[in-house]
Amino acid sequence: MDVTLKIRRYNPEVSEDVRWEEHTVSMQPTDKVLDALHKVKWEIDGSLTFRRSCAHGVCGSDAMRINGRNRLACKTLVKDVNPDQPVSIEPIKGLPVLKDLVVDMEPFFDAYRSMLPFLVTTGNEPTRERLQSQQDRDRFDDTTKCILCAACTTSCPVYWTDGQYFGPQAIVGAHRFIFDSRDEGTDQRLEILNDKEGVWRCRTTFNCTEACPRGIEVTKAIQEVKRALIFRR
Amino acid sequence: MATPQVLAPRTPRKARSNFEQNSWLFMRFSGVLLVVLVLGHLFINLMRGEGIHAIDFAFVAGKWTNPFWQTWDLMMLWLAELHGVNGLRTIINDYAERDTTRFWLKSLLYLSAVFVLVLGTLVIFTFDPCLDPASTLDVCQK
Ligand code: SF4
Ligand code: FES
Repeated sequence: MDVTLKIRRYNPEVSEDVRWEEHTVSMQPTDKVLDALHKVKWEIDGSLTFRRSCAHGVCGSDAMRINGRNRLACKTLVKDVNPDQPVSIEPIKGLPVLKDLVVDMEPFFDAYRSMLPFLVTTGNEPTRERLQSQQDRDRFDDTTKCILCAACTTSCPVYWTDGQYFGPQAIVGAHRFIFDSRDEGTDQRLEILNDKEGVWRCRTTFNCTEACPRGIEVTKAIQEVKRALIFRR
Repeated sequence: MATPQVLAPRTPRKARSNFEQNSWLFMRFSGVLLVVLVLGHLFINLMRGEGIHAIDFAFVAGKWTNPFWQTWDLMMLWLAELHGVNGLRTIINDYAERDTTRFWLKSLLYLSAVFVLVLGTLVIFTFDPCLDPASTLDVCQK
């Protein structure tokens, strides 16, 4: 079948103007949108720029706006994006576009870093491992699945208009440690998220939950952090 | 000779503020209360007895001689105003991008809130249906 991709192109080295380019490629319905992009890049226009690495939904590098919704191009099948119409493909919103579909992810990673996304402990290290019951492990299982693709953060209307907000992903990253029984940095993280730009900016729009290609219940995680803040100490 | 100054701790802890948390909680609680207050208000004023036809200056004045309704209306006024102002504050924070815009919009907002609250509170406690000497209302024909 023939699929038309309508791709948002931007190359500041050539022009500050944004243009939309259409390419029609012949694909199988069960091909991925990423395959279609490859076909364009490899066979039609080598200057098309986008990120991808694993092509199997693991690395999180190819989040983009496909038909207005944030998805991983490598996890979206052509037949699922209404291929009878031109399929629009844009970079994710809210982060500075560098070229075509590539955005500057630094602000996004900065927010993640400020959550102390590592195990914080005090005292002596145990000789072997830090034990944890299955139950305690299950408590934060959902948020361990995050692949930092930024689909959630860049689907959030608060993040679009106010880049100061940490964004859903950072809260998911913090949640993973806040509810980890082995971790002792909970207070610090909660304090960071109690900030003006923290969890209270969330309006429970649910865009993030809908966007997450890993099926993480992002809004729920944010609500759990709110609850932890209200009922702490 | 001056003693060498000891530097302040390198990462001074910011004074902890729960303002955003409290305002978030306020929205929830005031929202629930307002549902009761406003629906109750609408029911009493518009449906009970003669309904909307009973409403005139005298009706309002009658209600406000009763401390129960004074408290009810006072609560409704303050909760609704603060609830609305807080909501708008949030929207301004979300959507006003420049600091100066934000500042002026918020100043305007807070000023209007003070105005409404002061005026409303004043009226609830000092309402006089016969302020106009030419009033033809029954209560004023003594
Ligand atoms: S929570 Fe989901 S959408 Fe957000 S960065 Fe992680 S994997 Fe991506
Ligand atoms: S290319 Fe790795 S997640 Fe899509």
